[in-house]
Amino acid sequence: MAIEYMGLNNIQGPLAVIDGVDDAFYEEMVTVTLDNGSKRIGRVIEISGDKAVIQVFEGTSNLSLTNTKTKLMGEPMRLPLSKEMLGRTLDGVGRPIDGLGDYFADEVRDVNGQPINPVSREYPNNFIQTGISSIDCLATLIRGQKLPIFSGDGMPHDDLAVQIARQAKVVDADDKNGDKFAIVFAAMGVKHDVANYFKKSFEESGVLGKVVMFLNLSNDPVVERIITPRCALTAAEYLAFKHDMHVLVILTDMTSYAEALREVSSSKGEIPSRKGFPGYLYSDLASLYERAGIIKDAKGSVTQVPILTMPNDDITHPIPDLTGYITEGQIVLGRNLSLMGVYPPVSVLPSLSRLMKDGIGEGFTREDHPDLANQLFAAYSKVEDAKSLASVIGEDELSDMDKKYIAFGKMFEEKFLTQDKNENRSIDDTLNLGWELLGMLPKSELDRVSDKILDKYYKPMEEQE
Amino acid sequence: MANAQGQIYGINGPVVKVKGSNSFEMQEMVYVGEEELIGEVIGVTSSETIVQVYEETTGLKRGEKVVGTGGPLSITLAPGILSDIFDGIERPLKDIRNLSGAFIGRGVKVDNIDEKRTWKVEMKAKVGDYVTGGDIIAVTQETSLIEHRIMIPPYIKGKIEWVAPSGNYTIVDIIAKVRHDDEVIDITMKQKWPIKQARPYTKRQAISRPLVTGQRVIDAMFPLAKGGAAAIPGGFGTGKTMTQHQLAKWCDADIIIYIGCGERGNEMTQVLDEFSELIDPKSNRPLLDRTVLIANTSNMPVAAREASIYTGVTLAEYYRDMGYDVALMADSTSRWAEALREISGRLEEMPAEEGFPAYLASRLSAFYERAGYVTNLNGSEGSVSIIGAVSPQGGDFSEPVTQNTKRFIRCFWALDKSLAYSRHYPAIQWLNSYSEYIDELEKWYSENVSADFVEKRNKMMAILQEESSLMEIVKLIGADVLPDSQKATLEVAKTIRVGFLQQNAFHADDTYVPLEKQNKMMDIILLFDKRIKECVEKGIVLSKVTESGIAEDIIRVKFSIGNENIEAPFHELARKINETFDNLMLSCEG
Repeated sequence: MAIEYMGLNNIQGPLAVIDGVDDAFYEEMVTVTLDNGSKRIGRVIEISGDKAVIQVFEGTSNLSLTNTKTKLMGEPMRLPLSKEMLGRTLDGVGRPIDGLGDYFADEVRDVNGQPINPVSREYPNNFIQTGISSIDCLATLIRGQKLPIFSGDGMPHDDLAVQIARQAKVVDADDKNGDKFAIVFAAMGVKHDVANYFKKSFEESGVLGKVVMFLNLSNDPVVERIITPRCALTAAEYLAFKHDMHVLVILTDMTSYAEALREVSSSKGEIPSRKGFPGYLYSDLASLYERAGIIKDAKGSVTQVPILTMPNDDITHPIPDLTGYITEGQIVLGRNLSLMGVYPPVSVLPSLSRLMKDGIGEGFTREDHPDLANQLFAAYSKVEDAKSLASVIGEDELSDMDKKYIAFGKMFEEKFLTQDKNENRSIDDTLNLGWELLGMLPKSELDRVSDKILDKYYKPMEEQE
Repeated sequence: MANAQGQIYGINGPVVKVKGSNSFEMQEMVYVGEEELIGEVIGVTSSETIVQVYEETTGLKRGEKVVGTGGPLSITLAPGILSDIFDGIERPLKDIRNLSGAFIGRGVKVDNIDEKRTWKVEMKAKVGDYVTGGDIIAVTQETSLIEHRIMIPPYIKGKIEWVAPSGNYTIVDIIAKVRHDDEVIDITMKQKWPIKQARPYTKRQAISRPLVTGQRVIDAMFPLAKGGAAAIPGGFGTGKTMTQHQLAKWCDADIIIYIGCGERGNEMTQVLDEFSELIDPKSNRPLLDRTVLIANTSNMPVAAREASIYTGVTLAEYYRDMGYDVALMADSTSRWAEALREISGRLEEMPAEEGFPAYLASRLSAFYERAGYVTNLNGSEGSVSIIGAVSPQGGDFSEPVTQNTKRFIRCFWALDKSLAYSRHYPAIQWLNSYSEYIDELEKWYSENVSADFVEKRNKMMAILQEESSLMEIVKLIGADVLPDSQKATLEVAKTIRVGFLQQNAFHADDTYVPLEKQNKMMDIILLFDKRIKECVEKGIVLSKVTESGIAEDIIRVKFSIGNENIEAPFHELARKINETFDNLMLSCEG
């Protein structure tokens, strides 16, 4: 049945066109065999009459119009899946590259996945303790959430992601060994060192056997990058919904992914929207991010922590902007804090977790958590106001209240935000620390806290031992 | 004539080109491929027909057949809509789940509305009655809250020749026969209506009643009228969805249509869960009994996202025709505009601003104009109010969707990032927001709430306005150098901002505040304003007022006084304010 098409009609960037095709279907996989015997895989991304446009994953270099044979595979891009994937390292399209050979596939699935029916979703409200105060208290991570880290070049987002992965691993009281926990790590266009750092860190913390790594490094073919996160999420869904595991997916770097998408789009000659990105960037990103969640009738969950580097630290750039509209909040790293040596440099005000309101407070974390978080946000935003005023009139000229806020802000950054890369704070410690700091402010300033909570937890600085 | 049939020629994302027939009609609904995916004709040329497909096109092949249905994309209107959740082309998601599991498969065939369920129908029409489109011939209790009024479909008129007796019927059972000209038409409880066409009414009426939402910044400062249109623009994290949820929960419309258009799946789940549990205070029934959800999440097919908005507004008009006030929330219209852009891009149309098609403005206006307060065909009055969220790129309101939307709405609730950062919710920025309905609603407010309601509102706005210009100075030189009279303004403005505008959606009382309490709160704040100014004129040092802590008492009113029996506690608070100031003045004189 399989007809091989000799030669190509046209090559442009990562795209090749074959003609005389009768029964190609949309998004069908193809293999392109060169005269020297090497094989590449690709995917049909447009059909027009008897022409099919093929996206060649490994790039089109060395292809000519005459030296190839193209075969249609009769199926969309599929990934073999098995529990044996845990501990393995695969390339960007899911082929093992750790020298351990193929694994035995339990089933194969279309990497594009299918949208989860909103009726089948379980609304996430299980708090994950990351042991990082700024996240646990102010932008709480919830199991089944998609919470990206917005970072910039040179900031410690990798350290933070590793710390989250390491400290969040025990997820259930009845799962002390972490048997139900897995990490799916997808690298898209990151440097070799970075991928190695992740691997080493997973190894050191003893979780490597629980990690599936998909690596598309910066010197790997760009087009492959478009498939990498889809493979990773297909593996995550399989582990979560078939084997009831709690899967943490780390996708880095989404910026490289979006740029790969732009590259393919422009080779196709599509009309660009903002900054040259294709008009469907939103839908495309959503088709990845929306694959996080929990479904009824399955015990597992997919939690996503995508990392993206904001070009020029610009949060209004299309990639972070559209991501923020899809994900359930964001953790923003701040350049200033980072320069001041604060780790993790979580910029508190723009950071947000949309799901936290239903996963904190009485019965989840502690009754005072919502009010405390609210008050810390409000107080820290006044710190920012006071700071900008101080930069105009000088700190000495500030009112007493503003001075108190400046002092509070300093302690907040030094004690609350800053913590060691291996420090794992319990939620109680974090919340107590928050109250300790609020003690620096007079009671009348705490307008976001109900009287009951205030009486129970608030202690002015002078009274604290 | 047989329906048009052609073959697939080209596929690019959701756009499919078809050859082999030139008899497809524009906007005709078609079945695409062996799996019979639902599509719509969006372009016809002499050589090919262009179809947008409402489902994923992966796996479609050239040469597969495309069959026309002979009519435009229509949805089914019948009892059974309320408290259900549909996708963008009115397929019930619960039934899809039963058929294809937790994930949405393709080419799923389900009834739009359950045709097997029976309804207890009470007939209203008799044999011999002369009826026209819109006339109510029967009623059935659709949910505990809403009586479904079964109407003659528009454009049918004639004498009733036969009616079924009252009893239990499914939506496909014939309940009446009407002689329309020479033809006898069977009437069932089910109607079909093309989603892109507005349902007819007799006459538009002037705006006169507000949509009461229980949200102070909306009701008191920037009210929306029943039959009006509002936009909520805001960058991510500013609380668009939260505001929409609050309105859907508390506004005093009879029916809520909530469209999740290209938004998060978890949010729709949340609405579904929360609304089944939340009890309407007026009727003690779950809020879901008056709500219809339309979910086309961001990862569902993009063409159906475009349709979801029209599906929603068609449902809204259908209930309006029965004489109900309907509020429609669309979250978010930007995703809808992006769906237009995506399809337009795939058609290689010439783009206008930022890649959006040139017809963006006309599509937006066509949508918002379907809002209105009307006299229906059957003489009853009903309204459709539209509240559209807008997600401007980068939070920049100068982008095309926000700008074009602004032209067609009259109520603008601008969400502000810096307010959201300091967790001031709802983050509606009072200086950038506006409502053009205030003048039209003034009469209603003065008759139903308080004679000087709008006047008080304007006073508060003026104080906020003054604060904003004072803040310019404060930012440069600090608040200490201001004279006491101006500091007093800042103090009052703070009580307005924190005590009135800011509202806690998670607080049992504060989540919904009746107009009477809003009015009393305004009274208290303005009393404070009056007294503090008197004080300053007398030369009393302002710090004495702040030390008295009276401002904190006013700010805490929203929590310390409940929503019922408010007369006495407010009276007491006013007394306390007066006493505090009287004492201050006495001590000064003394």
